[in-house]
Amino acid sequence: MREFALERPATLAAATVAFNAGGEAALLAGGHTLLPAMKSRLRMPDTLVDLSQVAGLTGITKEGDLLWIGAMTRHAAVATDATALPALAQLASGIGDPQVRNRGTLGGSVANNDPAADYPAAVLALDGIVETTAGSTKADDFFQGMFATALADGEIITRIGFRIPEKAAYAKFRHPASRYAVVGVFVAKFADGVRVAVTGAGPGVFRWEAAEAALNGTFSVAAVKGLVLDADDLNSDIHASADYRASLAGVMLGRAVAAAV
Amino acid sequence: MQTKLTINGVAATHEVSPATLLVELLRDGLSLTGTHIGCDTSQCGACNVLIDGVAVKSCTVLAATLDGAKVTTIEGLAKGDELHPMQAAFKENHGLQCGFCTPGMVMAGLEIVRRHGPNVSAETIAHDLEGNLCRCTGYQNIIAAIGAGAKAMGGKSNA
Repeated sequence: MREFALERPATLAAATVAFNAGGEAALLAGGHTLLPAMKSRLRMPDTLVDLSQVAGLTGITKEGDLLWIGAMTRHAAVATDATALPALAQLASGIGDPQVRNRGTLGGSVANNDPAADYPAAVLALDGIVETTAGSTKADDFFQGMFATALADGEIITRIGFRIPEKAAYAKFRHPASRYAVVGVFVAKFADGVRVAVTGAGPGVFRWEAAEAALNGTFSVAAVKGLVLDADDLNSDIHASADYRASLAGVMLGRAVAAAV
Repeated sequence: MQTKLTINGVAATHEVSPATLLVELLRDGLSLTGTHIGCDTSQCGACNVLIDGVAVKSCTVLAATLDGAKVTTIEGLAKGDELHPMQAAFKENHGLQCGFCTPGMVMAGLEIVRRHGPNVSAETIAHDLEGNLCRCTGYQNIIAAIGAGAKAMGGKSNA
């Protein structure tokens, strides 16, 4: 890793000051994406701003029909403590491996918006609200394609609100080595409609309107039987072709609905 | 920068560069070479150590961000000549061949006991070893060793 300066602020205000102090800066959450990227020199920040000392960024609280989770809450804590949202807890328990889950954070994953990450599918399907040092953004506006989000430079996610659905489930086809989603489908049924989010398949997480329409008709496995994604906009790489991902999305959709019903 | 750590029960202040990984401090700075670097890409688990009792991959943690933490490495488990029950179980069950992955497997075993208790099933052990790679054994005896180690620990905490 190239050398850098490390700042360990105790407040969000101090973190923002440190970030803007000059040179290229990066925010360090759990570090399980950023540090590997720095080792391979995909990222070479001059300053790393460690958020682990900032108070108030962890924990899970229910407020009305929203479950708020602090940005620095680790995957392992979401897996065990997000009891009000079992589908989210189950998703968290399938990220990486136990040691990775002991370090990786919700906010870090969402800010990074890896096109094959799990959390973005949950935030989008659960009609999430991303709260930051600059305000709040609805999930529908937050995710903007591969590694792109509505976050401005230096804007820090503080917590994320998930709308608690009537029913929800996440099904993913895991890459056997990385445990990222080759395709993952999150289905959430609310009183006012069904939301379906797909990760891993395309250049970024997206909603699957055809699946939502079918499930708004009847929330059943039969309603989505045979449904596949259009392969035109999907990823082809060494792991899977676009056609395979299109088909796999249908299978994962069926499994998610079956688990949610 | 300075970072205060209690490593295997010894509290000390360590001078590290911001970029120093915990595994580099352990191996290069303190000659605690039982913690291995297998992949350096947070996949193989050979570098697993306990930070405040919880298993993490020490190749993916900056030492300077751990100020005040308690770190336990494979060297901190035995009491003199008496092996930790998890280590003894690996010996008894021949849970290793070349031994390179073993320190990380033992730490992962302690993490499994922390999360699942003394009567953890072989299936759960196999699943929870997904972050540890062994290129020799085929895992059977590692799974057996962790199961036996878990029972021998009797639900006691790690270290």
